[in-house]
Amino acid sequence: MSRSQRVTVIFSVFLASSLIASVLLLRRVDQVRTGATLEEVLYISSPQALRRLSLGYNGLLADIYWTRAVQYYGNKHHDGARRFDLLAPLLEITTVLDPQLLVAYEYGANFLAPKPPNGAGMPDRAIALEEFGILNNPDAWQLYYNVGFIHYMELKNYAGAAEAFARGAQRPNAHPFLAMLAGKMAEHAGDRQMARMMWSTSYQTTKDINVRANAAAHLRALQVDEDVTNLEALNARYQQQTGRFPSSFSELEAAGLLRGTPLDPLGQSYKLMPDGRVELRTPDDFPFIEKGMPFDYTPPPSPKILPSD
Amino acid sequence: MTSRIAHIASNTFREAVRDRVLYNLIVFALLMSAAAVVVGQISIDIERLVVINLGLTAVSLFGMVIAIFIGIGLVSKEIERRTLYTVLSRPVRRWEFIVGKFFGLAGTLAVNTFFMAIGVFVALLYVSHHFQQQDRWVLVALYFIILQFLILTALTLFFSSFSSPLLSAVFAFSLFVIGSFAEDLRGFAGMTHGATRWLATGAAYLVPNFSALNVITSVAHSQPVSGQLVLDNSAYALVYTAMAICGAVLVFEHRNLK
Repeated sequence: MSRSQRVTVIFSVFLASSLIASVLLLRRVDQVRTGATLEEVLYISSPQALRRLSLGYNGLLADIYWTRAVQYYGNKHHDGARRFDLLAPLLEITTVLDPQLLVAYEYGANFLAPKPPNGAGMPDRAIALEEFGILNNPDAWQLYYNVGFIHYMELKNYAGAAEAFARGAQRPNAHPFLAMLAGKMAEHAGDRQMARMMWSTSYQTTKDINVRANAAAHLRALQVDEDVTNLEALNARYQQQTGRFPSSFSELEAAGLLRGTPLDPLGQSYKLMPDGRVELRTPDDFPFIEKGMPFDYTPPPSPKILPSD
Repeated sequence: MTSRIAHIASNTFREAVRDRVLYNLIVFALLMSAAAVVVGQISIDIERLVVINLGLTAVSLFGMVIAIFIGIGLVSKEIERRTLYTVLSRPVRRWEFIVGKFFGLAGTLAVNTFFMAIGVFVALLYVSHHFQQQDRWVLVALYFIILQFLILTALTLFFSSFSSPLLSAVFAFSLFVIGSFAEDLRGFAGMTHGATRWLATGAAYLVPNFSALNVITSVAHSQPVSGQLVLDNSAYALVYTAMAICGAVLVFEHRNLK
């Protein structure tokens, strides 16, 4: 081996060892600094200042902030977190940097509005985000729909929802559903039929598989709530007639109160309890249900959203 | 005259290629490939936006760096190596030297941009699977970026005609930053009164308006660029470039090279 080759080999080995050692040391430093997660830091919190500092490359910076918001929400949601402190500022920065980034309004509101652990539980910030979007994209009917949706689902403000749907319905190329929702709101505000109509609209109008899966999960939950309410009413009627609760659905069938064994939206039969209650066999598969859960049921920290059809 | 300018320009281009300036294309290709593949997995619904925003921003920034760091050496390097005296001892006028240098660097940047544009469109095809009609606006944004390069190259040449390479780089980069705030500057000028207003307005119009030449974000959203803006920006960039080259020629003509 020549002298030059020897130097090459020795320094290559040193280079590789230093690289490995630096990685190992950095991992060790990370373990020591457990509380110092970079994720929870916004170095520049003013969207306007960031826009100026971007030197005209605000589009790329907005994409970076949007990706950061998605990652932040995804990680928190996965961990079943109850606080999403940075979510609203990240979304506000994103949309000030690029006010035409419709995806940030549409998904951002879905991240912000629902109660934890499904979202940040900030419906007011979600509406403010959407209204900023409407200001900059007045013809994007989806934004009006989102405002109405949050008013309806999270704030139970049916007048606000009707007003948002009506505003959206006036835009050119608005989805026909908006006018229908605005009209039906006065008549059916607060009932299950209205909620089903809203989630069906979300399901049919979105192109995203995650939003569709979420809408499908809500539609299944509404179906379960309705099934359980109806079945428990039948059990009560059976008890009035016979003085006891039925021990199986076939007894309800025999009494002429039911046709066939009722199945949940995923095709499993419901469980009939001795006290007349009706329960799901796999409640974990039905996040967002209000009925059909066992007494001691604790939902998983992160809701299990099954893929839509 | 034209052949002398062309000769200096082609030598400048060859020298830039010899300096491995076009190696930046490899970094650019890696950046675009990574963006096209990774973004879909870590974000939602912005693959096309990222390819356009990242691609055009990288074209712009890489080109700016090349324009500044090659531009600052165009005159000083020739003086340092004493090759300038050989050139000027031939029947070459000083202004021809400056204009030739400008076209050489502008050509290098145009070739660099051409290859990067191919990279942007290949990445776009990868994420969208087909080209859309509105993708033609990306070409307009690329054209505007080349106009920015022309202005910056001329300005760097102007600074390098009388200043050291380090100071030329600082001046050129500062003007790029100030030029990106040109519209804000005009807004500030509008808020002042009297002589300050005249001075601020003068300064706002004197610095190059790079923000008017930046349509990256709007083309990423498929928003059209008006033909009038294309015409006006082209005329503005050519006039401003001519102004900076004239300044460089005037300074260089009277510079004592002994």
